[in-house]
Amino acid sequence: MVPLGLLTKWIGLTGPRNHNEITAIMENELKVPTMAALFAAGQQPEVLFWVGCAGSFDDRAKKITKAFVKILNKANVSFAVLGTEESCTGDPAKRAGNEFLFQMQAVTNIEVLNAYGVKKVVTACPHCFNTLKNEYPGLGGNYEVVHHTQFLKQLLEEGRITMEGGQYKGKRITFHDPCYLGRANNVYEAPRDLIRKLDAELVEMKNCKKRGLCCGAGGAQMFKEPEKGNKDVNIERTEQALDIKPDIIAAGCPFCNTMLTDGVKNKEKESSVVVMDIAELIARAEDL
Amino acid sequence: MDYIPNIVFAIILIAGIGFFVENIKKLSRNIKLGKSVDTSDNKPQRWKNMSRIALGQTKMVVRPIAGILHIIVYLGFIIINIEVLEIIMDGLFGTHRIFAFLGGFYSFLIGSFEILALLVIIAVVVFWIRRNLIKLGRFLNPEMDGWPKKDGNLILYIELVLMVLFLTMNAADYQLQQMDVAHYTKAGAFPVSMFIAPLFEEMSIASIILLERSAWWLHIVGILIFLNYLYYSKHLHILLAFPNTYFGKLRPKGQFDNLEAVTKEVRLMMDPSADPFAAPDGDAPLPEKFGASDVMDLKWVQLLNAYTCTECGRCTSECPANQTGKKLSPRKIMMDTRDRLEEVGKNIDTNKGAFVDDGKQLLGDYITHEELWACTSCNACVEACPVSIDPLSIIMDMRQYLVMEQSAAPSDLNNMMGNIENNGAPWPFNQMDRLNWSKES
Repeated sequence: MVPLGLLTKWIGLTGPRNHNEITAIMENELKVPTMAALFAAGQQPEVLFWVGCAGSFDDRAKKITKAFVKILNKANVSFAVLGTEESCTGDPAKRAGNEFLFQMQAVTNIEVLNAYGVKKVVTACPHCFNTLKNEYPGLGGNYEVVHHTQFLKQLLEEGRITMEGGQYKGKRITFHDPCYLGRANNVYEAPRDLIRKLDAELVEMKNCKKRGLCCGAGGAQMFKEPEKGNKDVNIERTEQALDIKPDIIAAGCPFCNTMLTDGVKNKEKESSVVVMDIAELIARAEDL
Repeated sequence: MDYIPNIVFAIILIAGIGFFVENIKKLSRNIKLGKSVDTSDNKPQRWKNMSRIALGQTKMVVRPIAGILHIIVYLGFIIINIEVLEIIMDGLFGTHRIFAFLGGFYSFLIGSFEILALLVIIAVVVFWIRRNLIKLGRFLNPEMDGWPKKDGNLILYIELVLMVLFLTMNAADYQLQQMDVAHYTKAGAFPVSMFIAPLFEEMSIASIILLERSAWWLHIVGILIFLNYLYYSKHLHILLAFPNTYFGKLRPKGQFDNLEAVTKEVRLMMDPSADPFAAPDGDAPLPEKFGASDVMDLKWVQLLNAYTCTECGRCTSECPANQTGKKLSPRKIMMDTRDRLEEVGKNIDTNKGAFVDDGKQLLGDYITHEELWACTSCNACVEACPVSIDPLSIIMDMRQYLVMEQSAAPSDLNNMMGNIENNGAPWPFNQMDRLNWSKES
């Protein structure tokens, strides 16, 4: 992983901030209310932020979570997380074929969500997004579910965040479509609109949008060794990205992020190419 | 005596269509071996999908070269079939060019058929070159060895021969019209075959008539043979693409079915008042098998998918697993499903209407575990299919069987599922630590 300090230096952030200072600010500013606390105070947030397992536990993905929360804080969005009451949506179990475990998880989660009267959910994980949005309604969980790129785009349109993307000027950014956001749910433009707003040069890979190549993590592959072949899928995808010489590979999924970060490392390109989530790009642009 | 050709024609026509109908009945019976699925929802959208994707060929042109060539052959097939109507009526009534009274419009029709026929010949030749000389990757996967490769070429040969016969018939006809031969009334325009006709100038009228009649008969008999070849070939897609796009998935591609049988079990488990030791009602149905290990466990739409597949391989060439050398090929999943279904169908035929266990099944004997576990569920195959086939749904149903009926998941996945069960995350982290990130620097 690229150290945060190196990243900021490379992107061209000026100023005396170093890694420690940034994280110190982060620590001070992060306001993460839980549903339980709001409920106890008789409050109902505008939206529930579904953090997901990767966003909660994976070191790389936690940075995405924090970046997104910083934006929510800055925009004064009334939100809450489930915290220790959140549990896996069951997506990897379902894709692995364990429908039983999936439905156990789903029914348990739906009980919690419905008890809090949740109406709207935002998540930075396309797998959680897809499962909550498409597979929970049949089991009694009906919510308006949006991906964080859609949510951010809406904040921008409502003027609740402003993006001065000066620091990305001239940077080539390519967006890797997560399968469960793109093909699975036809969301292609929200992340791209945000990149364009950053004043960056949006460049497309050979396979993009409907024909985007998978990062190799979906269908529970993240949690197993790949089957025998002549190459790993994430290497193939990283090569496609490197072919168009980007400065930043933007992702919208914690698993894609891991796979592509590994791919960039494998190609020994981590000094010239970084993999960043859209939320991180915006948090950085906002100087958060 | 004059009626002999008419009678012979009628017999050939009835036999050709009759045999075809028999095969379609078999096809329909085999598809109905699948489990029922409700497809009565959202009819307007279904019709729209059919007209856009099948009739309008919208997904074919994603790959422009193959797409445009295919549209030519497709239009040729549809439009030239108007001419077949005339041929059938002429054959039955002993007339010649019965629609000639249409005059200028008739000339326009025949003229456009001729141009289409020429374009079809060109397209078919390019298709043959792509399959046999350029050797495009997607025609070379192992599942294409043997019959599938032959089948692909055979279809091209038949189409080529039919078009050549059609143009020969017209050329001879045109030549006879020029020679003012009785019965060959001047009708039609022959923008292509007029260039073939001069080849026949030296021949006697009798020879040209023989040539014209031979081409006419071979052409219509060829069409009937082709019609009956469909059932034994990947070429069934020319018919099944229409129902298949109609019955295709309407929900978002990422939405997989929630198994109802499991929902019942889960509800029961979550119900505090349910008696865990209660004996099931005497008339309760046997618990459903989870997932699919054979074709009868799949839904009928999935079986229709299998018969519709024309082995173009767009799915396989877009598949990330296949691109990186894994064994999985979504096309092979569809071909295996079809081949096993045919095997089951033949079993039923030989055993007087009942399936007798043959000790084989789709899982293991056709599709290996390794193929199933290579899938990333990315939906690239589903997106790529020009006729709305869903190979992913079959892969997922078979994974369900492996996991829920056989506990045969790869050990890594068993660990992942164990973690979800124990601590609500695919990794071994304590659920109580889920919010720790908010306090970490």
